Amino acid sequence: MNCEECGKRQATLHLTKIVNGEKTEYHICEQCAQEKGDVFPGFHNFSIHNLLSGLLHFDPAQKKTQDTPANKALRCETCGLTYAQFSKSGRFGCSDCYTFLGDRLDPLFRRIHGNTQHIGKVPERTGGQLKRRKELEQLKQALQRHIASEEFEKAAEIRDRIKALEQKLGQS
Amino acid sequence: MSQQQFMQNPWSNWMKGEGPDSDIVISTRLRIARNLRQHPFPLLATDSQAEEVVRKVTEVSETEAMKKLGPLELIQMEQVNPLEKRVLVEKHLISPHLAEESRKGAVLLSNDESISIMVNEEDHIRIQVLMPGFQLQQAWDMGTKIDDIFEKHVNYAFDENRGFLTSCPTNVGTGIRASVMLHLPALVMTQQINRILQAINQVGLVVRGIYGEGSEALGNLFQLSNQVTLGMSESDILSNLYGVARQIIEQERVARRYLVEHSRITLEDRILRSYGILQYARTVESKEAAQRLSDVRLGIDLGIVKNISHLVLNELLVTTQPGFLQHHAGQKLSPDQRDERRARLIREKLSARQ
Repeated sequence: MNCEECGKRQATLHLTKIVNGEKTEYHICEQCAQEKGDVFPGFHNFSIHNLLSGLLHFDPAQKKTQDTPANKALRCETCGLTYAQFSKSGRFGCSDCYTFLGDRLDPLFRRIHGNTQHIGKVPERTGGQLKRRKELEQLKQALQRHIASEEFEKAAEIRDRIKALEQKLGQS
Repeated sequence: MSQQQFMQNPWSNWMKGEGPDSDIVISTRLRIARNLRQHPFPLLATDSQAEEVVRKVTEVSETEAMKKLGPLELIQMEQVNPLEKRVLVEKHLISPHLAEESRKGAVLLSNDESISIMVNEEDHIRIQVLMPGFQLQQAWDMGTKIDDIFEKHVNYAFDENRGFLTSCPTNVGTGIRASVMLHLPALVMTQQINRILQAINQVGLVVRGIYGEGSEALGNLFQLSNQVTLGMSESDILSNLYGVARQIIEQERVARRYLVEHSRITLEDRILRSYGILQYARTVESKEAAQRLSDVRLGIDLGIVKNISHLVLNELLVTTQPGFLQHHAGQKLSPDQRDERRARLIREKLSARQ
């Protein structure tokens, strides 16, 4: 959507004004918002991504701010994006950012989506591998249990299943 | 189809208003956001990394499975001029972000323009399916089919907890955004639209005006789409949107019947005045055009305006936009010149069918 003021740049500010039940929305870009600062009070340098970072900084479930020095020092080892940069831009740099920021993202996702856990489509190829890896982990734990309790027949059975799974994983 | 034809021809599949409920639902759009595991997201990618993504995506588009869906034409943003980009935006084939801010951005378009795959937008891959009328399920079926083909050939960024990983946290999970474009003149006229908009925001969906601002949406066109992408399955997202859209469609029909029964003369007067003005105006600005075309569209739906088809209105929706007018003229036009050309175009289209 283009800015309603200049009609050129992309609108990044979406403002809803309700006066006496009359609802009006504005979609403008940051440059125009700065020029019209008096029309949109308090909207200097404010964008949708600031809004996202606002959500990141406070977890209502834990009643404490996420903006601790330890968090600030976090950095994605793959792309170098820091927690501070993310909380400013509201954008991830690469898929590994999700791993590095980990469950610190939970409050953000709860605020945006009301959820933190994906339950939709799973990619067949990589997702299938994920499932097998999970199963493998569980089998290995079971193997340890059976060995510990000296149930060697069962352990042997599970060992064979692990071998078969590992072969499958190796092929794909 | 050559690159030029995409720019010259206003017709996209989504404008051929033959879909279900096309008196109210103009089009259905489904977008799937996906990223490649090994590559930084487009925001941080270098030119060569971004080029590699384009190459990989193009390779998949040339596989047998994808070719069965019809040929896809690659258009690179670097190779089209600003006016041409604007035309693609006005036809809803690419996003403003891809047109203006992407690095090595590209789009793969099917001949009938019902499939558009954006590359290096905010995410590496954005599969978009556009269909006329109310066809959420059909759009999803096509989108997920394309998604599956890509998944066979590239490694998607996927996490078992967070789902499909996207550049912006608002898209993570399913990565899908489904939307329907609704023409709701009677709900606006009877001043019920605000109440409905407020209710919608409470059920995880959003509505916005397509070309204008909020409740005063230009041309009474509203876009209804899902907000939540994480923690809901695709089918729940779609059925939620379907249910709410169905309700709005019924409300609009009730409001239209109410207007016909209770204020027939006022309604006819408004519609036919707009029709008259559009047939004779020598200059018309985009805001007025949108409003009057909305009146005429309603007139067609109610049988008050005869001998004109919906399709003409859908065509004008796109061809009266600034980018299209200028591209058609082959030059940049001042706002005054645009208003003049817009008026002429509408005149020709509306009177040719008398």
